[in-house]
Amino acid sequence: MADALHTSEARIVAASRVQDMVFAVLGITVLLMAMAVLATLVADLMSDGLARIDQQFLTSFPSRRPESAGILSAWVGTTLIMLVTAFLAIPLGVGAGIYLEEYAPKHWMTDVIEINVSNLAGVPSIIYGLLALGFFVYGLGMGQTILVGGMVLALLILPIVIVATREAVRSVPSGLRESAYGVGCNRWQVVWRYVLPAARPGILTGAIVGLSRAIGETAPIITIGALTFIAFLPPSPIQATAPFVNFDWLNSPFTVMPIQMFNWISRPQAGFHVNAAATGLLLLLMTLVMNGFAIFLRYHLRRSLRS
Amino acid sequence: MTAQSDDLTFEALRSSTVLRRGRILARTMSVVLFACAVISVLITTAIIWVLVSESWVFFRQVPLLTFLTDTQWTPVFTNARYGVLPLLTATLWAAGIAMAVATPLGLVLSVYLSEFARPRFREILKPILELLAAVPTVVFGYFALIFLTPLAKQFIPGLSGFNLLVPGFVMGIMILPYVVSISEDAMRAVPMSLREGAFALGMSRWRTAFSVVIPGAFSGVTAAYLLAFSRAVGETMVVAIAAGQNPNLTSDPREGAATITAYIVQMSLGDLPHGSLAYATIFATGLVLFAITLAFNVLGFFLRRRFREAY
Amino acid sequence: MLTAPEGPHVLRAEVKSLKFWYGKFQALHGVNMPIWDRQVTAIIGPSGCGKSTLLRCFNRIHDLYPGIRYEGEVNLAPEGVNLVDRQIDPIMVRLLVGMVFQKPNPFPKSIFENVAAGLYVRGIKNRSELEGRVETALRQAALWDEVKDRLPKPAYELSGGQQQRLCIARALAPQPKLLLLDEPTSALDPIATARIEELIDELVKDVTIVIVTHNMAQAARISHQTAFMHLGSLVEFGDTGTIFTNPQAAQTQDYVTGRFG
Ligand SMILES: Nc1ncnc2c1ncn2[C@@H]1O[C@H](COP(=O)(O)OP(=O)(O)OP(=O)(O)O)[C@@H](O)[C@H]1O
Ligand SMILES: [Mg+2]
Repeated sequence: MADALHTSEARIVAASRVQDMVFAVLGITVLLMAMAVLATLVADLMSDGLARIDQQFLTSFPSRRPESAGILSAWVGTTLIMLVTAFLAIPLGVGAGIYLEEYAPKHWMTDVIEINVSNLAGVPSIIYGLLALGFFVYGLGMGQTILVGGMVLALLILPIVIVATREAVRSVPSGLRESAYGVGCNRWQVVWRYVLPAARPGILTGAIVGLSRAIGETAPIITIGALTFIAFLPPSPIQATAPFVNFDWLNSPFTVMPIQMFNWISRPQAGFHVNAAATGLLLLLMTLVMNGFAIFLRYHLRRSLRS
Repeated sequence: MTAQSDDLTFEALRSSTVLRRGRILARTMSVVLFACAVISVLITTAIIWVLVSESWVFFRQVPLLTFLTDTQWTPVFTNARYGVLPLLTATLWAAGIAMAVATPLGLVLSVYLSEFARPRFREILKPILELLAAVPTVVFGYFALIFLTPLAKQFIPGLSGFNLLVPGFVMGIMILPYVVSISEDAMRAVPMSLREGAFALGMSRWRTAFSVVIPGAFSGVTAAYLLAFSRAVGETMVVAIAAGQNPNLTSDPREGAATITAYIVQMSLGDLPHGSLAYATIFATGLVLFAITLAFNVLGFFLRRRFREAY
Repeated sequence: MLTAPEGPHVLRAEVKSLKFWYGKFQALHGVNMPIWDRQVTAIIGPSGCGKSTLLRCFNRIHDLYPGIRYEGEVNLAPEGVNLVDRQIDPIMVRLLVGMVFQKPNPFPKSIFENVAAGLYVRGIKNRSELEGRVETALRQAALWDEVKDRLPKPAYELSGGQQQRLCIARALAPQPKLLLLDEPTSALDPIATARIEELIDELVKDVTIVIVTHNMAQAARISHQTAFMHLGSLVEFGDTGTIFTNPQAAQTQDYVTGRFG
């Protein structure tokens, strides 16, 4: 009798161990599958497009012949748009994040803002494009310029920066605040001198993740009517004569890398698909490097918090 | 060396210009920061205002009932029909397929990460998943159209060059990291004591996960799926590239069909005179898209918040 | 039941029927006590009796948190300013009253920046003045010799005891009227504790000190006056010698002899 009990218990134990094993294997399989998709995607892009990336490709304008086409105007456009986006989204997002964590009193208005930010994070990017088309391009008559492109992407990544800022600010120990107030700082001095420097790595991580998202965004830029065939560069931001900087480029038409890629995918000729793959590979490289850097930062941040 | 110097009497401090300047700066900055936060509310307001006001032209000419029930969408034909159903069904097909992929995979993966994987291993895995989420959607679109569709054609008879199946699958993989990160957070927030109760009864790990952890994290996990669905509905480039741009009321996902987002992209690529009916159609369909995603986002937000408050 | 001070005591501050609420919870029930100039006043009492709460009224650090309320007065003498008056800017109060917390909490900046933090707030930018004041404060805190060669180094590289003395220097640099210490040695080892106690002995020649401590022996060693609190009320205040050897209240007697729960 006792023996029977013993063996039945042993059987249950063995069975549950098997179940756990099976599930763990299942989990790893799913994980491997997801990674396999990523790996296949990278391999596919490489086999299609790696050979196409050369100096000619980087320094040529688009062309009707795939072999002589390039992404010069696209990568210049992407760079300039990112400048505008970073310049707008980071201060705005950090400001809003700090307000929500350090200033906001607990009442309905704060609640409204909070629901808002969370909702904005989920608004499809193409809707931002429609906003920019109806409001910036036609409502304000700004046209399809680099400035508008940068603005729409800034709005798009604003929630990412806000959320990252809030998390970073929240993780600043409250003892730091108390001692800063203790030496007589006012709220802004506490934030500026002590809270922000402590939250900087976290904020930076969020900003990088946001910008890497913006680099790959296509839909909102298409929606505002960005051209796909740009055979010139915007005016240079730097000039030889005083005041040495020039903001005419903000009002220039533009194209960006994802748009150029989309345009080439839509062409029937296989040659353009090769160009698309090469552009995609470069895009992928940029976003992966940026995200890799963000992950690295976060990892270091965690380590330095622990010690 | 006396610490009781009198250069800092109360009165001196009260009239100190340094302190006054500090106070003014602090007050200014609190207004500035408040303004930053309010901008987020203005964005939402502006979105709703633009969508409604720009689609006004459309709804003045097309009755709402026709818009919602007509089965054809041919706005640029001479004999134009304005039924959103073909776009809507294609959108739901693609998003539904994405969810059919992401739901089981996401559940298995989040349970695995939260209940099985060792912390160190998890710290390595999660960033890798994040990298998957970082791939630009236009690249996923290329992958779906140029690589996966020709491949899938060999296994699925009758699959068109443009179809809903492949982009749906790709979107499923695309939203997987998102689902996993939210639902895994929710599962890990379930208190250890609940798990201990189950383990004390002799349950295995996975039984504990499914009978204690998932029910405990139910609203958080549900929120993850709602938010992911909203993402899939609003996703643009993958479907615009690989699902075709032909409005098609279909019940067969092997065919191509334009989603709402693909339609907006297609129209934007052409020349849209401001104020024309064609121009208004992209805002009208955009409004539908916004309404759907808003509903799911808000629902997801409250479920997530309720979950956070529970623990 | 204040015992009259012996000798020529000068008033530095006076607490008058001070009541304090955390939301609905009343943590102080009308406290009255004097703070004598250039003396150490110790606040003792069982855990949760409101020692920290009382101390934190002196520099209005409570104001960081929502839902708190003061009633009564904490008058600074001879100015006659009521520190807990709503009309008074808490920033001003903190400029006059320095505070050192239980756990050393230096800023994640250099040693120099830490000591200079309170000086920056006052708009002192002149480098040589800053350097002079930082040195003075570090000497007062008996830390100068240990850190004079590494002022630009991060404060986190110091030991716990050094960090606490750095926090004392940080509080001293702006020459406060009052220095508040909330269990400053409870996170330190006996040797570091002894150094801080010596330091307090030395400092009190120049600064008025109010210290909260759990350590009865410490209160007996370093304070001139002792306040015994229980359940948010001041039970007894008087010369430390009297409180420890001949207390008036039975509760005080029980507590100082260790019979208290
Ligand atoms: N932030 C707060 N909100 C509500 N009640 C509080 C808060 N801080 C303290 N209290 C309560 O006020 C009372 C006094 O707390 P206080 O921290 O002043 O005690 P204490 O004498 O310093 O104790 P200890 O010796 O443990 O530090 C306690 O009952 C405590 O629970
Ligand atoms: Mg205390």
